[in-house]
Order: sequence, then C-alpha cells, then structure tokens
Amino acid sequence: MHEMSIAMSIVEAVVAHAQKEGARRVSGVDLRIGKLAGIEPESLKFCFSAAAKGTLAEEALLAVDEPEGVGECGECGMRFPVTFYYAECPGCRSLRITIVSGEEFLIQSITIEEEGEQENV
Amino acid sequence: MCDTCGCSADGGAVLRKPGESDYLMHVSDGNHGHTHHHAGEVHHSSANVQEEHHDHAHDHHHHESTTRKIVLEQDVLQQNNLLAERNRGYFEARHIFALNFLSSPGSGKTSLLEKIIPLLQQRFPVAVIEGDQQTTNDADRIHALGVPVIQINTGSGCHLDALMVNRAVKELEVQDHSLLCIENVGNLVCPALFDLGEALKVVIISVTEGDDKPLKYPTMFHEADLCILNKIDLLPYVEFDVAKCRENAMRVNHHLEWFEVSAKSGEGLSVLQEWIEKRLSHH
Ligand SMILES: Nc1nc2c(ncn2[C@@H]2O[C@H](COP(=O)(O)OP(=O)(O)O)[C@@H](O)[C@H]2O)c(=O)[nH]1
Ligand SMILES: [Mg+2]
Ligand SMILES: [Zn+2]
Ligand SMILES: [Zn+2]
Ligand SMILES: [Zn+2]
Repeated sequence: MHEMSIAMSIVEAVVAHAQKEGARRVSGVDLRIGKLAGIEPESLKFCFSAAAKGTLAEEALLAVDEPEGVGECGECGMRFPVTFYYAECPGCRSLRITIVSGEEFLIQSITIEEEGEQENV
Repeated sequence: MCDTCGCSADGGAVLRKPGESDYLMHVSDGNHGHTHHHAGEVHHSSANVQEEHHDHAHDHHHHESTTRKIVLEQDVLQQNNLLAERNRGYFEARHIFALNFLSSPGSGKTSLLEKIIPLLQQRFPVAVIEGDQQTTNDADRIHALGVPVIQINTGSGCHLDALMVNRAVKELEVQDHSLLCIENVGNLVCPALFDLGEALKVVIISVTEGDDKPLKYPTMFHEADLCILNKIDLLPYVEFDVAKCRENAMRVNHHLEWFEVSAKSGEGLSVLQEWIEKRLSHH
C-alpha cells in the first residue's frame, strides 16, 4: 500500500501547521493531485484516515482537486489536454511533448478550528 | 523508538552492515521528529497561542470557537525534496556520481551491480547503498566484491527516501570522485516519487516482463534517465518484442538513454560501462 507513507507525510505536515496556528483540531484538508501525478486519490483517502488516527487531523475531511494533464508540443508550441505521459501533438504529430500541468501534488489549504479566545487579553 | 513515549516506530527503517552483525542504526532516530502524534501533546498555553497569532498577523475574530482556512500550497513531498537537494549538494561538492537503480523485484539490479562494479572499479572508487524491506542478502553479495556497502532495511516501507540515504551516506565511507550506486526497493511505483539526490535514475526491466511495462508504469519511465533492458540472453526463449518495448519507453520519455544487456552473459555491459565512465569523468 504505497500511499501510506505519503499519507503519513501529509498528516505530519498538516498537524505541524495546525499546531503552529494554535488549532484545536483540523476540520478539512484540501489536496491538489494532478491526474498524472502517479497518486491514486481513493487509496490516499483511505490511508489518510488511518494515518490521521489520534492526531489533530483525525476528523478532517479530505477533499481532492484533480487538475487535468496539459502537454506542450516541443515542435510547434501547441498546448492540448493529455491523459498520459506520452501523447502526439494534434497539430503537427510530434511526440516531443512536455507536460506543463497535471503533475501537481500539493497540500492546497487546511481548515482549522481554534480555541475560543478572550477580548483584550 | 520514540523518545517522547517509548513507543516503537512501527516499520521504521534501519541500517545494517554486512560482516558487522552487531551494527544496527535507526534511520528516524535523531532530527526527524515525530511521524506519529499523541492526543494531548498539542495543547499550548493560551499565552503561546496569542503570541503565535500575532506573529502570523492573520485576521481573526475574537469569539468562541472559530474556523479558519489557511492556504499552504505546499508540495506534499517538500520535506523529502529539500533533503534530497541537500544530498545532491553534498554529492556535487565531493564529486560523487550517484545513480538510483529502480526495477520490479527480480529484474536483475543486484546481478547487474555484481557484474559491472568490478569493471568500473578499475577506474573509479565505487560504493553501494542497498535497499530492501527485510534482508541483507543483496548487501552481502556486494560486500563480496570488496566495495563499501550499507544495507537499508525499510521494513514495511516500499521505497527509499532522502532521509534514509542521508543517514546511510554518513555511515558509509564514500571517497571523493566515487560512483555511488543506490539499489532501491524492488517496486516500480513509489520510488519514482521520492528523489534521493541522485544524479540519474536508472530503470531496469528484463525480457521476462511484459514489453508494455513502460506504459503500465509511466511515472517511473518518465522520471528515469536511463533504461536498461536486462536478461537479453533469454530472448530466444520468451515472447518479448525489444523494438516495441523501446518504442513504448521512448513514447513515455523521449530523453531516455537505452541499453540492452545480459548480467548473466555479460553481453552489452561494455557499452553501458563506457557510457557511465564518460559521465563520471565529466562529473
Ligand atoms: N538469465 C538471466 N538471469 C538473470 C540475469 N540477471 C539476473 N538474473 C537472475 O534474475 C534473478 C534476480 O536477480 P537479482 O539481481 O537478484 O534481481 P533484483 O531483485 O533486481 O536485485 C536471479 O536469479 C538472477 O540470477 C540475466 O541477465 N540473465
Ligand atoms: Mg536486489
Ligand atoms: Zn508502494
Ligand atoms: Zn506540435
Ligand atoms: Zn511517540
């Protein structure tokens, strides 16, 4: 289950930020995982809940945004959607394609709940 | 072992050395911090909380429990990537040329190292880091060649990461101007995501696997710099289309350097040897 160690590093990063911000708990985590990133979002979600047990992020809802792959042709510069690492340029048939989007793998944001605070401390 | 609570870090990686049966080191001991967290450890005093809030100058409203969204845009693998860059800097400063060998279990990573190291060793010092979940078999095989070698046992982990390599290099005597061969855990999925600080990634497939392997594991072949097709001595006995496999690999990654070898018969090894030597001397 190779998403486990990745889930653990996400939990680690999320909890570290939440602690720094003085959070009582983390209620949401937004991830951005490009369709070409080599990560299975469903498997990651499963691992996340296991990895988050007993942490501030235990009840966090994991939302995953999955941007589509975009390739750019090395010959004619055309940009077009890709679903895989190899693609043929629809403009000039070249195979020299560079992936310009879809490989993202980011913790976009976290939503935290804070302790109740007093005015004028 | 966790200093905070004494709990054992389940599946944590350890280092072992062939011929030194009482040597064992935990990778995550030391500066790595906690990979697990305990409820209750996190309650700062309220004074602390206030201080941190003002440090960060975030908008916040003073009422009971509030919810706040914090934008991070942080690469999930950031910690690994930062450490990998430190490894890379260390290697560059010492003119160490590090190769990360990746394949499915049994494609012939260790066999290839056993065959090519004696050839390369005549011109450059060579050192090896062996990755495996449980055993020290591969490190024992390399140890027999008389080169410095250390075993990383990842336990339940299915890939090496930059921290493991960072620790292993400290424990291994790698001379300046060395070739450092890192044999990753046998797996074509996760090791592709974890930069170790290597100069190049070398993916190995053998003719007993499918010629569509590059299409099944595109991330790995996309990340690799070299692809070595091994076990070509078996080509007469298997249905494997070399040209098709190469074409598939090049489609996923048109920068890929392609080699065809047999670690058993030695065929093709001199071409690979010359290529590595050339890169090493320009390094
Ligand atoms: N016929 C043949 N067998 C090989 C070759 N290279 C490795 N093997 C065999 O493949 C098996 C796995 O090799 P090993 O080097 O341990 O693979 P690793 O798991 O990738 O390190 C062993 O039984 C080797 O003897 C080769 O070029 N030809
Ligand atoms: Mg091996
Ligand atoms: Zn895995
Ligand atoms: Zn084009
Ligand atoms: Zn602990």
